Amino acid sequence: MLLIDIDACIGCGLCEANCAFDAIHVVDGIAEVNENCVLCGGCVDSCEAGALKIEGMDREEKDDLFSWTGIWVYAEYRHGRIAPVTHELLGVGRKLADQKRVPLSAVLLTDHAGDVPAQLISSGADKVYVVEDQALAQFTDEAYGNALEDLARQYKPEVILAGATAIGRSFIPRVATSLKTGLTADCTQLDIQPEDGALLQTRPAFGGNIMATIASSNTRPQMATVRPLVMKANAPDPARQGKIIHCTIAPARLASRVKVRNFVALEGDQVNLNEADIVVSGGRGLEGEKGFALITELAHQLDGAVAASRAAVDSGWVPYPHQVGQTGKTVSPKVYIACGISGAIQHLVGMQSSDTIVAINRDPHAPIFDVATYGVVGDVFEILPKLIEKIKQARSS
Amino acid sequence: MKIIVCVKQVPDAKDVRLDPKTNTLSREGVQSIINPYDRHALEEAVRLKEKHGGTVIVLTMGPPQAAEILRESVSCGADEAVLVSDRAFAGADTLATTYTLSQAIKKIGGADLILCGKQAIDGDTAQVGPGLAVRMDIPYVTCVRRIVEANDQTFVVERLMDDGYDEVEVALPALFTVVKEINEPRLPSLKGKMKAKKLAITTLTAADIDADTAQLGLKGSPTWVVRVFAPQLKGDRTMIEGTVQEQVNQLAEKLLEWC
Repeated sequence: MLLIDIDACIGCGLCEANCAFDAIHVVDGIAEVNENCVLCGGCVDSCEAGALKIEGMDREEKDDLFSWTGIWVYAEYRHGRIAPVTHELLGVGRKLADQKRVPLSAVLLTDHAGDVPAQLISSGADKVYVVEDQALAQFTDEAYGNALEDLARQYKPEVILAGATAIGRSFIPRVATSLKTGLTADCTQLDIQPEDGALLQTRPAFGGNIMATIASSNTRPQMATVRPLVMKANAPDPARQGKIIHCTIAPARLASRVKVRNFVALEGDQVNLNEADIVVSGGRGLEGEKGFALITELAHQLDGAVAASRAAVDSGWVPYPHQVGQTGKTVSPKVYIACGISGAIQHLVGMQSSDTIVAINRDPHAPIFDVATYGVVGDVFEILPKLIEKIKQARSS
Repeated sequence: MKIIVCVKQVPDAKDVRLDPKTNTLSREGVQSIINPYDRHALEEAVRLKEKHGGTVIVLTMGPPQAAEILRESVSCGADEAVLVSDRAFAGADTLATTYTLSQAIKKIGGADLILCGKQAIDGDTAQVGPGLAVRMDIPYVTCVRRIVEANDQTFVVERLMDDGYDEVEVALPALFTVVKEINEPRLPSLKGKMKAKKLAITTLTAADIDADTAQLGLKGSPTWVVRVFAPQLKGDRTMIEGTVQEQVNQLAEKLLEWC
């Protein structure tokens, strides 16, 4: 709990001004905390009189913190393809590593490495740790988690980054729990704190309504998953030199109690929603499967991915993997085009961090216009066919 | 089959707003709800019980008022409810939470199957499910979208991936986190509501679950919040006006520039 030293408190109100939760107020010249307090510690840092303290906040550091060094990136490689977020992680990892003057390494877990290590080096890695084993042919949390955990114990990186993908979000928590260390999910910004070199991990919370910066620098490694499309990848440099280190993991550690029997790919040649630069999204305003076909067509013309609001998914016009919002995916493409979507908060939390938002809606008061960069008030059935035609023409000429 | 469903009480997202003037989270009129994903976990547990027999226990860690969502869960088909509540748990991050939940589950004799929602809508971390399975030393599958086959020993389920889905087989005991595609949760029944009203909720404290206090709450949490701030606001919105054709022309020009 938050402890207030009423003798030290001067009632200046700095704590009140710095509290993001409306949890501390100066009453009769003394700070008073209420039940909104989440123990974030923001007021403790702001208090110039040293009157605030959070019980249990005096952290003990692990004694061997300094034996952990270097930045690691988990290189996601599945079905013969490096996930694009891997290159983005190497981009941000390169910056962090240069700032700390430590090496940047990639970790590749696969049954067949091929030229992937070379590609990782050209994207910025100084070293690539490769575990090549038949047991890694299919992704399983246990085999992948144990392998990464064992490598981390042996080589002691200070930071491990992974993509906030289906795979990263599934097995990285396993590694963090086994190593009894901190993990921050879905980061959108990473910085090094100049004073002590700690990794500062910034992420949206409450569906993007607030941002929180998290630290976990009293334990090692400091772990984070990072949202796809947020960080910038470096242009590949085939001339870059790096070291490839082949590692072996004990067979028992690569055994999995979960067996993958079969894989079914997404139907059609759809662009992966989490990796798309352009997302075209449709909602209730499309009125049916036929109307929704306009979304698919426009996405196709723009080489973008198809998304949908919950209303469109629940009506059966498009399958669940396309749903964006609170109970679907969170996306942050360069351009998000919302068509016939009113913009309930449950939808907005899944897309409001997109760089540019275009909203097309009949209702000029629809909340989607509140987050839009460009708004078009109009009928989707009039606008979309003309827009598709226009783009088609322009692209063919 | 003994099934434990982990549920979390969360603020309803539609009520959570940052007051732009004061830069604080406005909590006025914020309703607490069962985390939406957890409803699907509960529904799946109740369906499994209806088909295979067994017991469904709902479990939550939270303040005393979190008992509300346990009652609601019972009105939707759960049999028993356990509230894990102690001031010592305050400030727990996901690592401390999984420790606390695992101790509580051990205390109530474990389970054949543990079901969780994919993630909670307040933190969105998706870390508690996997972390809890590691603490319990049982296998887990995240983002389960369908249970294909189930019996007392083995489950075959589909897990949602970014490029499609994997069909996987796992022996019990196990833990799954579920996505909303798995089912359509039922509404509370009248009988369920009566049962929920009379329900005696088991409350477990830190002492009850034989917890090592160093691993609880803030003390047991390796992560901490350095700073909370408002997201950067977007620039001004531009409305594209004119006739339909004029609107289309302007929009197409911008789109072609970006693509």
